[in-house]
Amino acid sequence: MLEKVFHGGKGYWVWVLALAAGVGIGLMAYLYQLREGMWVTGMSRDVSWGFYISQFTFLVGVAASVLMVVLPLYLHDFKAFARITALSQFLAVGTLLMSLLFIFSDVGMPMRILNVPLNPTPHSMLFYDTVFLPGFMVINLIIGWTAIGAEKREVPLQWWVKGLIYLSMPWAVVMHTVTAFIYAGTPGRGFWMTAIMAPRFLVTAFAAGPALLIILCTAIKTLTHFVVTERAIQKLVTIMLYALIIDAFFLGVEYFTVFYADIPEYTETFQYLFLGIDGDCALVPWTWCMNLALLVAIGLLVIPGARSNRPVLIAACIIALIGLWIDKGYVLVPAAFIPNVFGRIMEYPPSWVELTISLGIYALGTLIITALYKVVISVKEETQDL
Amino acid sequence: MTLTRRKFLKAAATSALSVMAVPCISQGFELEGRMSLGPKALKARRWAMVVDMNKCRDDCADDCLIACHEIHNVPYIPKAEHEVMWLFLEPYENAFPERSHRFLSKRVREKEFFLMCNHCEDPPCARVCPTQATFKREKDGIVMIDYHRCIGCRFCMAACPYGSRSFNFRDPRPFIKKINPEFPTRRRGVVEKCNFCQELLEVGRMPACVEACKEGVLTFGDLEDPTSAVRTLLSEKPHIRRKPDLGTGPSVFYIV
Repeated sequence: MLEKVFHGGKGYWVWVLALAAGVGIGLMAYLYQLREGMWVTGMSRDVSWGFYISQFTFLVGVAASVLMVVLPLYLHDFKAFARITALSQFLAVGTLLMSLLFIFSDVGMPMRILNVPLNPTPHSMLFYDTVFLPGFMVINLIIGWTAIGAEKREVPLQWWVKGLIYLSMPWAVVMHTVTAFIYAGTPGRGFWMTAIMAPRFLVTAFAAGPALLIILCTAIKTLTHFVVTERAIQKLVTIMLYALIIDAFFLGVEYFTVFYADIPEYTETFQYLFLGIDGDCALVPWTWCMNLALLVAIGLLVIPGARSNRPVLIAACIIALIGLWIDKGYVLVPAAFIPNVFGRIMEYPPSWVELTISLGIYALGTLIITALYKVVISVKEETQDL
Repeated sequence: MTLTRRKFLKAAATSALSVMAVPCISQGFELEGRMSLGPKALKARRWAMVVDMNKCRDDCADDCLIACHEIHNVPYIPKAEHEVMWLFLEPYENAFPERSHRFLSKRVREKEFFLMCNHCEDPPCARVCPTQATFKREKDGIVMIDYHRCIGCRFCMAACPYGSRSFNFRDPRPFIKKINPEFPTRRRGVVEKCNFCQELLEVGRMPACVEACKEGVLTFGDLEDPTSAVRTLLSEKPHIRRKPDLGTGPSVFYIV
């Protein structure tokens, strides 16, 4: 099946080469960071985690959202999702690879990364991420690959693959919960110290994944002969809409608790995010955009006429994704360090090195997803009734 | 499968042996640890520091900082964002932000306090470290870092509520004025912090900052020993700790 990756039109190869160029540029930036040290990033002794850890957090969420496709299909027998499960699983493979590379880019001593599996430490939440992330990546790669193979040969799915599928369901929830526990378990960072963190991680994941899938399915439909039914798309819309509404509710609950109780340790960061403190307000526009995007996306998706109109639906998905990305992929991580433990405001802008390395990682992940999708689409085009 | 007597005895013997092996091996490690201590080594069940700010004079406040940073090869990084600090000064309002308010006199608010690693009873940094590079030494409560194991993930810096940890954003060696060959230098990409001068305690000396301070601001001793100098001070004078509500149990006390 792998040979399908090497057969494509001109557009396919231009896309692949562009991504490969992105990978190359990112790799050069990484070598520069490796030679110089982490001072070339925007991070500091005050804001010690930044853009890399943010991307890791956001992407683990996208990967966990595979649950929103697998669960309706295998527990509720929603057959329309059978055509998109492989797409969703391979999306998880790509995003988890990126997540792992973002962690790798963030450590000061990458050559010692094996110290983590060599010294397994169950009391560290990062340990669970290093177990659950690669595990989920491998599980989804195996499931997706064997499922596509079975489809190609027109044989039923092996029993053990079904077992893996059922295993992947709780795995997705646990994986993203331990990601949230990295943050929600640190004393002295009031912004992260909230029990709503893990639930919010899950709902934002379950909104971001379907939003991205809808965009991808639409792109695939215009570029290839592979068609995803409107029924499947509308189910994804429903899931995304409910996830967004629950997220808005969770956010509201968080805002109430923080602002009404008004304990400085918890309000300070929110004050910095919404209004800025003493003229420092780098994250203020981002915060307002994020909240606004969430409301606009919900507003668009609740209108039946809007969500069945594909261009409007795509716009709503993009707006939702931007909002969700700002939330987990830009604000959540650095904001907890502002103000710092001494009550001072030290802002964090990511440096060009960080952004370039991130571009490279996103390009590599997209390249892997492209290759895997190429296989899926080629097989589906052969087997479906055109 | 039936369990024959032979198989049962084999299994029983193997399990018994392995159960016995665990304490033997761990005892071996303990013995090694004990043997590395010299005859003059200072011992305590839990080392602690009491800082009497009433005695601290502003004109010599840097002496102890310099002594600490020189003996431990702490680099002087000019850019504040990438600074490495073991012992450092912060005004009261920054050292104790939760206690600061606008009615405090300017003198108190701006009084510089000595800050260092609190060598917590329940250190969050050691809890979150994914490689156990940061750990609390059970024999004397010192929170230490294995610079050869640290992967530089900086989870400990996110977890430490005291800002006591510094990451080597750049190669520290060119920024050390005079290298002390008695103490290792660190390399780029690892986290470091105050070690309560564990290497001096082993040879029977008090921490460098305590030795350097001539005003008697710093008192160091065993918190678990009711007759120690630190316990005497704590029983006589009112004192505070940084962010005690977080339950970390800091071992550094301040007399204000």
